[in-house]
Amino acid sequence: MASAHAIPSLDEQFEFTAESKRRIFIGLGVGVALVAIGAYLLASGAGSHGHDAHATAHGAGAHEAHEGGHHAYKWTNRLWANVWLNAIYFTGAAVTGMFVMSYNYLAQAGWSVSFKRVSEAMPAYLPFMGAVVLAVFFIAGHDLFHWTHPELYDKASPEFDPIINGKKGFLNMPFYVGRIIAYFGLWYFLWLKLRNFSLQEDLYGGTDYYEKSIKFGTAFLLVFGVTSSTSAWDFVMSIDTHWFSTMFGWYTLASWHVTGLAIITLTVVMLKERGYMQWVNESHLHDLGKFMFAFTIFWTYVWFAQFMLIYYANLPEETIYYRERFSGYGGIYRTPFLVNILLCFVFPFLILMTRDAKRTHIILKLAAWCIIVGHYFDFYNNIMPGTVGEHGGFGPMEFGMILIFASGFVWSLYSQLAKANLIPKNHPMLEETLHHDI
Amino acid sequence: MSDAHSNGKFLVGIYDDDDVVLQAVKDVKKAGVRIHEVYSPFPIHGLDVALGHPRSRLGIAAFMFALSGTITALSLTFYTEGFDWPMIVGGKDSYSPIIYVPIFFELTVLFCALGMVGTFLVSNGLGPTVKPLMYDLRTTDNKFAMAIDLSKNNIGEVDIEQILKSSGAAEVNVKQF
Repeated sequence: MASAHAIPSLDEQFEFTAESKRRIFIGLGVGVALVAIGAYLLASGAGSHGHDAHATAHGAGAHEAHEGGHHAYKWTNRLWANVWLNAIYFTGAAVTGMFVMSYNYLAQAGWSVSFKRVSEAMPAYLPFMGAVVLAVFFIAGHDLFHWTHPELYDKASPEFDPIINGKKGFLNMPFYVGRIIAYFGLWYFLWLKLRNFSLQEDLYGGTDYYEKSIKFGTAFLLVFGVTSSTSAWDFVMSIDTHWFSTMFGWYTLASWHVTGLAIITLTVVMLKERGYMQWVNESHLHDLGKFMFAFTIFWTYVWFAQFMLIYYANLPEETIYYRERFSGYGGIYRTPFLVNILLCFVFPFLILMTRDAKRTHIILKLAAWCIIVGHYFDFYNNIMPGTVGEHGGFGPMEFGMILIFASGFVWSLYSQLAKANLIPKNHPMLEETLHHDI
Repeated sequence: MSDAHSNGKFLVGIYDDDDVVLQAVKDVKKAGVRIHEVYSPFPIHGLDVALGHPRSRLGIAAFMFALSGTITALSLTFYTEGFDWPMIVGGKDSYSPIIYVPIFFELTVLFCALGMVGTFLVSNGLGPTVKPLMYDLRTTDNKFAMAIDLSKNNIGEVDIEQILKSSGAAEVNVKQF
């Protein structure tokens, strides 16, 4: 029983050591070097696929050819597609911190207070990701997003596309850019509010900040209820402009959410192993494990619901999406497609099933890493075929870009963790979380 | 899980408060008395640990029921569509497992749910013709009862009554089944 244990001291500050900073810099340096090598290989043609793959690709993805193939491919497309992919992935990881914090406020949950500062630290990465997303859109939007081509909407042009023209009310430059600014602006603003309440609460105590946090957290959930779907359409689904799925918003939300939960779990376990957060007991870890387990299944449920309806209905304009990923472009996306299912469903589902597993550090870490890596491939599968098609691959550029973005994320997370006490020591639910016992 | 269909003579200590009964369980056990079971209107946190109950096997039961549902669904779909009367629907192979995943899922859930209802009835001794054993009717309202099976204790009835009283029992009754 947890209540029988001595409660450790609640004044605890995370120290962002010079050693951690050095390691992050090394990671960043390696990332930049790998991207440079990748860029050199692609620019000199060594990294691109031979003519054979090209020919097969046009056979298999013939339907897609008129969509993807009408602007010339440049090697920089792959660079920008990578930046975009990582920016979207880490946007999701960051905003999930806010999402987790908000629904725990709305549910008036007590147990989550023990690790609240971890989820609270994650959204600090949002403004950087917002800047990257906007920059990539302005620099390379034309190469990544087919719908940004003006001739598609010109009835006189031979390129006129009635389907895309029908989506003009939603997919047009001013509205799109406005939406992106609104997403990041709203998410970040509401996070700043909650963060400030939380820090003030540490100083002054009382329940006022808690009541206010519930209101702003609920406001965020209302905003996120809409923007999680629309941002998924904007960031990911609009790449394959002709194709659409009504499941896509939930699908991306599920993917972001479980990634964020895995990052929270991993951070909590690692902090605990380094001697921090001794108030986090087995019951907290068990609940975090259950969270990961449940949302792994939720992601799979949505993935399968989307897949099965398309498979069953067998409409060419819908099945092309899976055909491209499974057998198109010379089959280069088949491995990530299967790895995705393996890492995001099969593996975490099997290892997290028992009660003891969810209370064991090593299994939690393993499952969390699986989910984090697996969902990178989820976004890889959703973004790459539509942007680079047969020129895609997994090389130094991809590895390097992940390292760069991950280093930034860890830096941002650590510096936010170091700014505040590791547990909100005046939180009204503090006692409940310290005695959490399931 | 204790046997719900016990025969014999029981001493039933009635408590007014959940904290008192939780402490009483520890005290009574310390005094060397074997507790048959504690009855409460609501779950008391830590009571199963204090009573020394082994971990529940309900999870294993649920898994087995679920597995039987999955196997039923697999055999049903395979027998009907793959063997007995193959049909081509929507241009798919006559036995295409992907389209039956919802059936696998639903039968898994259904078997698990029904099986667990059955488990609940059996393990609690409930059923249409079974007369439920009540140590004290007030445990369905606001009292907590600790039942001691006299036949399984070497300590005398009077001594046990004294132990229960000193552990905070408001009253001690005798119950014969």
